[in-house]
This record gives sequence, C-alpha cells and structure tokens, in this order.
Amino acid sequence: MHGSEIQIWFFIGLLLLIYGVLIFGYGIFELATGCYPAGVQLTSLHTPIWWGGLLTALGVLYCVKFRPGRA
Amino acid sequence: MVNCMTHLASPALLAFFSTAPMAHLSLLDMIVIAVYFGMVIWIGIYLKGRSNTSEEFFMAGREMTAWIAGLSFVSANLGSLELMGWAGAAYQYGILATHWYWIGAIPAMLFLGLVMMPFYYVSKTHSVPGYLQLRYGEHARILAAISFAMEMILMSGVNMFAMAVVMKVVLGWSLTFSILISAVAVAIYVTLGGLRSAIFNEVMQFVLIWGGALLVPILGLVQAGGWNGLKKQIISNMHSDSYFHMWRDTGHFASNPMGTHWSGIVLGLGFVISFGYWTTDFLVVQRVLAAHNLRAARMAPVIGSFFKMAVPFIVILPGLLGLVLLQNPDGSRMQLVGQDVVKSCTADESASQMDATGCAAAMSKTTLPAAYQQKVLTGAAGTELHSYNDALPLMMVRYMGPGLLGLGITALIAGFMSGMAGNVSAFSTVWTYDIYKPLINKKGSDSHYVLVGRWSILIGVAVSIGAGYLVQHAHGIMDYVQALFSFFIAPLLGAILMGMFWKRATAPAGFLGLLIGIISSVSMFVWVKFDHAALGIVALYPDATDMAANLYRAWWAFSISVIVIFLVSLVTKPKPVAELNGLVYGATVLPKEEWVPFYKRVWVWALLAICIFAALNILFW
Repeated sequence: MHGSEIQIWFFIGLLLLIYGVLIFGYGIFELATGCYPAGVQLTSLHTPIWWGGLLTALGVLYCVKFRPGRA
Repeated sequence: MVNCMTHLASPALLAFFSTAPMAHLSLLDMIVIAVYFGMVIWIGIYLKGRSNTSEEFFMAGREMTAWIAGLSFVSANLGSLELMGWAGAAYQYGILATHWYWIGAIPAMLFLGLVMMPFYYVSKTHSVPGYLQLRYGEHARILAAISFAMEMILMSGVNMFAMAVVMKVVLGWSLTFSILISAVAVAIYVTLGGLRSAIFNEVMQFVLIWGGALLVPILGLVQAGGWNGLKKQIISNMHSDSYFHMWRDTGHFASNPMGTHWSGIVLGLGFVISFGYWTTDFLVVQRVLAAHNLRAARMAPVIGSFFKMAVPFIVILPGLLGLVLLQNPDGSRMQLVGQDVVKSCTADESASQMDATGCAAAMSKTTLPAAYQQKVLTGAAGTELHSYNDALPLMMVRYMGPGLLGLGITALIAGFMSGMAGNVSAFSTVWTYDIYKPLINKKGSDSHYVLVGRWSILIGVAVSIGAGYLVQHAHGIMDYVQALFSFFIAPLLGAILMGMFWKRATAPAGFLGLLIGIISSVSMFVWVKFDHAALGIVALYPDATDMAANLYRAWWAFSISVIVIFLVSLVTKPKPVAELNGLVYGATVLPKEEWVPFYKRVWVWALLAICIFAALNILFW
C-alpha cells in the first residue's frame, strides 16, 4: 500500500472523476438545450450539474492526493 | 444482513416480478455501468501481481489500514439486498426498521473492536473456524467450517439471483444475462486479486452507494418540505405517528407495526443476532483480520460503526419518503403491497393471464382503494402493483435522469457483486485452510494452497450459479437459505464467547455446545413450521411475526449452547492455562500498543460512537 503502488483511493478518485465529468456534461447539455427527461421530478434544480460537479471535484482531489508515485 | 443481515428478515425478493421494466437506460447510463465493470476488471488484473503467497491471497497481506478495513467491514454488510429490503421495511414499519442498523450493529461492532479483536488478531488465525480449532480442537472447526462454506455458496447464489431479478424488474434485462455477466466479473477479479481485490471493490462499492443513493433522500426531503413536512404528511396519510418512534410502542407485540416486543429487540437482535453476526461471522471478521497491526484491527470496527449509524439516511429515509411521494400515473398516491400480492396479480411465465380470483383475494387484505383494485383486475393501463422492495428503485427512477440513473443502478450492481465477492472470498479461505488443508492435503506448498484457493473461487462461482438457478425454480428455498444463516450464528456466538472468556471451557464442551445449539435451532424452526401454535412458546406470542420468531429462536439457541458448554465443561478435563495464551481472556498477555495521542486512541472514538448511538435512540424514542 505504499511507494509507487496504486492505492484504492486513486481508483476511487478516477471513477468519481469519470462519473463526475459524464454527469456534469449531461447537466450542461440539459441546461443548454432545455431537454429534460420525461417523468423525472425536480429538474429545475439542475441536479446533474451540481452533483456531477461535486463528484468531479472529489475525483480530482483523490486522484491528485493519491496519484501513483507520490511519496 | 444476508449476506449478512438480510437473514435478519429483510423480506425475500422472490415475487419481484412485474410486467414492464420501471426504467429504460440511456446510452450515458450504459457507459456509466460499463466504466464500473472495466474498473473492477482492471483492479483484479492490477492486483494479480500482489497475490502470489497465501498470506497475500487469503489475508490481503495483512496490510490494510484501519480506514480501508473499517469501510470494507461495514460495506460487506451493505449489499443491495439489504438496501432494497430495508427501504421496503421502512415503508412498511417506519423508523422501527432502523433498529437493524443501530442496536442491531453498533454495540456489537464496538465490542469486537474493544474486547474481542485482540484474541482473533494475536492468535494469528486465518479464520473464525481456525480460532475454534485452536480453542476447541478439530471437530468444532470442521463443523463450523462446513456449515459456513455451505452457507457462503448458497448466499452467493441468492445474491446472484436477487441481482438478476432486480435488473429484470428495473431494466427488463434477462435473468441469464445478469447472472452470467456478474458471475464472470466476480470470478475474474477475485480469482486474480484474492481478498485484496474483494476489499478494494467493497470500499469502491461503499463510495458508489453513497454517490448513487444519497440524492434520493436529499431531493425527497426537498420535495416533501423537509423532515417536518414529511412527518406531517405521513401522520395525515397513515393516521399514526408510530412510524417515527423506535421504542415507544414496543411495550406490547400488538402495539407496533412490526409485531415485536422490546425484549426481542434487545436480547434477540441487539445481543445474540447482532453479536453473532458482527463478531463471529467470518465474512466480516476476515476484513478486520486483514488490518496491518492490532491497533488498526481494533480501530476498523469503530470507524465502521460511525458509517453504519449513517446508513439509515440512504436506506430508511427513502422508504419513509416513498410513503408520501410515490405516485401512480394518474397522480394518486401509490401504495406498495406485499410480494405475495404482486405475485398473485402477475401472470407467471407459464400462464398468459393472471389468476383474477387469487389476485382479488390477495388485494382484499391490503388497504388499496376498491376502485384501484378493480382497475388492477381489469388490467387497466398504469395500474401495475409494486412490492415494498421496489421503494428504493422507484424513488431512484423518480429523481434520476440519464447518467444519475446509471450511477444509481451501478451502485446496486456494485452492492450485489461485492456481496458475491465477499461470499466467495470467505468461502475460498475457509475451504482451503479449514477443510482442504486438515482433511485432504496437510503437506502442500504455499503456492499449492494459493492455487487451491483460486480454483475454489472458480468452482464456488460455478456452484453459486447453480444455486442461483435453484433459487429461481424453487422459490421457497430463499427463505430457507436465510433461515439457515440463523441456525448457525447463535450457537457459534455461544461457543466463541464461552471459549474466549471462560478458561474452564473444554474441547468436547465447545463441540457439543455448537452441535446441540444448531440442532435445537433447526428443531424450533421445524416445530413452528409444522405446528403454528408453537409460536406461542418459541416467540412468547402466538401471533408473533416471522421476524419476531427469528429473534427469539436465536436467543434460545444461544442460551442452550451456553448451558451445554457450561455443564459439559464441568465434567470434562480443561486445557492447562499455559496452552490458552492468545486465546482466552485472563490467560493472554496482550502485546503493548505503541503510544499515540488521546485523539487516536480506540476507546476515545468508541466512547464518541456510544454517545452518538445513545443520542440517536433518545432522539427517535
């Protein structure tokens, strides 16, 4: 769990980063086009934007802090 | 808790069939799911190079930090079966269901960390049956190992089948597709990376579950007008405030919706089942044994207890929110029903139409409005029935659009898959160390045992697939599998507590106590099955629910096991005290732990956990 090995937190950070970017990107698309999925409630809160943004921020934090090779 | 605590009576998911899927995945959702599968396979391949010795493969090299071991420890009990089952239980019983997360877990987790962990860790055992061998000899070990191995394989099959059913209901995927894809992924990453791979995936699953499910209570509370708005609407809809009290209405079996009594909750759940599960079930204890030192091993369950206390926020709250927010397509309040009702009103695979008489009879026992019942019988559009277990997926579909829904579904898939991985990795360790090594090949090399471990995972997954199909075609079996879990856990707790805290307990007494405890538990179960009146004796109340019966049966089985061990020990010869070092309280010299500042000490955090636990129980009294 040390040295240049990849830690679990890096895998988690990477996963959160990928998910965050995908979801945030979709949120921006929703906002730009005004196309909201049918049947989904509270779309006015633009959940994908802030939730995707949060996941992205956490992902970046973990990827940087636990990047392989960091002492 | 099945795999853990689903056996504590979380309702089975068997009648979970409906005619149309709840949701359709977009391309973005499918990418989200595919990324998860890619990641778990990558982790397995990456960890292959670090799983070459038996210590690395079966015990993750004993180098996990307290945080990783603690998250994995609590995550091993956070499968999707639990999430959906307990969200459904909250819909039915209200906040009473939270007992399974608080009194049914926290005291036992803290006891494991503060009191029992040193003995497991210092004895350097590889498994709980291994501890029994050191304390009571080979017979007790073999009995515990065989029952545990059998249970793990069956539970893995149940997890596999449950996941397939959920995917069929929510997304319309075929059962075979779901079973095969999950089995192949689990087989690859556990066979390659061993316990370390299972632990990594459990920690990842924990994060995914929070990332995927936390939105439901947040958005639900926004829509319900906050906690006070939710309370007001539930009281108005249900005409009762019992949904918000954990203890107040447990003075009599009939005065609370769960049909249980506080004594059953405290003795059966809070003591026997909870302590049995959290302190002796190897599936969870194995995660803590992988810690890198004794302090980390003791701290891991304490860290886990904080997260465990928070889980009701993403499980119980969505169930309560479902009571007021779920709506039928016509805008009326949706009422979820029992699985038996859904099953009665759904055409099975062999019939083209449902049995209208059976459906009408089943619905007459519910509180569904008469007009709605009529619509269901005529097959009107938009009148599908959903079971209590659908509460969480229905709430997800309500708030989650493309991408977010994929994340929620991935969280459920991750929960099921890590449940399976936990089952097969624990099976592999017990099979190799406690069955294969003592009974089949005592003199193998280290690499030989690693190979046996890898093969046992592949064979275990294959047998699990068989068990999954068995469950599919013999529906009643799932209830028996869950009961099976409860047969062993209470007597095992009796044997381990007596062995760990009483120097006089002898080897024959340990074996007999375990055996007679198991036999008595099975006998009580069979007795009640064939003579329902026996419930008045076993569960102290003739109309007790199955859940209450489980709690009392566990208490009696534990008591019988302890009494047998006590009596037989008095007439048999104990081991010399010198041979009990590292195994028994009072005969063990515990290693001195390094000095750490007070805020890093285990007891400080345990004390804080106890205070929060007490405050929560008082707050929701």
